[in-house]
Amino acid sequence: MTTHVRELELDLDAFEGPFDLLLTLVLREELEPAEVDVAGIVVAFVERLAEREQLDLEACGEFLVLVAALLELKARALFPDEEAELADLEPEEATEELARRLAEYRRMKEAAAWLSERLAQERTRYFRLGPAPLAPRPERRLAPQEPERLAAALRALAEPPPEVSVAHLGLRFPPVSQFVRRFRSLLGRRRRFDFDAEVRDLPRVEQAVAFLALLELRRSGEVALEQAAPFAPIRVSRQDVEREAAWTVRSA
Amino acid sequence: MDRPLRLISTNPVDRLARTVEALLVVASAPLSVDELVGAAADDADRIETALRLLADRYREGRSGIVLEQVAGGWAFRASREAAEACARLFERPVERGLSQAALETLAIVAYLGPCSRPEIARIRGVAADSTVAGLVERGLVAEAGREDGAVGSVRYRTTPLFDRVFALESAAALPRLDDLGDSTAAIRERLESVAARKTA
Repeated sequence: MTTHVRELELDLDAFEGPFDLLLTLVLREELEPAEVDVAGIVVAFVERLAEREQLDLEACGEFLVLVAALLELKARALFPDEEAELADLEPEEATEELARRLAEYRRMKEAAAWLSERLAQERTRYFRLGPAPLAPRPERRLAPQEPERLAAALRALAEPPPEVSVAHLGLRFPPVSQFVRRFRSLLGRRRRFDFDAEVRDLPRVEQAVAFLALLELRRSGEVALEQAAPFAPIRVSRQDVEREAAWTVRSA
Repeated sequence: MDRPLRLISTNPVDRLARTVEALLVVASAPLSVDELVGAAADDADRIETALRLLADRYREGRSGIVLEQVAGGWAFRASREAAEACARLFERPVERGLSQAALETLAIVAYLGPCSRPEIARIRGVAADSTVAGLVERGLVAEAGREDGAVGSVRYRTTPLFDRVFALESAAALPRLDDLGDSTAAIRERLESVAARKTA
């Protein structure tokens, strides 16, 4: 029975899944090699090996090659600047440097263990946790200012605002009925008239009221409206005239 | 009945102790002697006398509230005999689920801080970004400037909350680093013996 290295299931902080996928992700730069706990992978592999009765040398060889490559990638990612510095070391110096680093890490692991024990001992200590105290506010440095400019600015603020014109509120709107009557009498005399020509001389407000009167007459079916194109003159005609014209066209 | 009501204690230090007691009740973090001096407008010696008085009054076995010297100051906490009851009602969210990686990172920051994430990564051999972010979120470490002025990596240090959670009077209360772990010489010896076995 062979050990399929690439199918090795991993459960690391940064990754969970088969070793093969982890390598793919690292090579595609979707996973930072620096995030990968290589020791965790080695432990998983060794555990897998321990489950087998025979030592699978082929799998070991493949694993060594893969994990060494991963380790190199990770080392380059973690210590980009140290490559040259470390390459110059003599073997003895390198051993010394490695020992120094291992000792440093070992001490930190021991310190972490001490903290962990301490936490366990202090589990029975309860205290009130409030929000962090307000940080002292950094002193704001202001550019030198002239008091006269401040006074001028304040004076401008203190001045009463300009009177708001309410002239438009005084507009007088003639009643719609006035135009309704006017248009009716107009159509009494003429069959058609041009709306635009009729209201041309009126003020804008009255033109609007006249237009409302026109709509009113259209709604009650007294007039028919025609407009060749948007904004073209509106032609107003008596409804019976329109009907007559339609009948003439149909009967023709 | 004409005489005014006589206070049980008219000792001025006792009165100061009541003020200090009040300040400690209101505070959400340990108060240093200096802060108490400023707030109570009294001198440091008398504040310390008042604190000793209060520490005796609020001690384990005598009171449900205990006055302790922690994180560079003085603070009240629940007595240990009330821990079980406290546990039924309150959580300790700051330290809940601290991973091994988080503890190692915390140790590095506590001993070597202020230090940057690259420095932590160099010692642990794993990128420290997410672990440090988690510790910052818990309030156990905080930013402390940058390396080489404004352009370098952000450096981190442990917070007063760290001292408080681990019941440390200050960072000086941590065990000496030299007393922890094997010495470099011992590790070197082991490395060399492994190398010798390989070549043999």
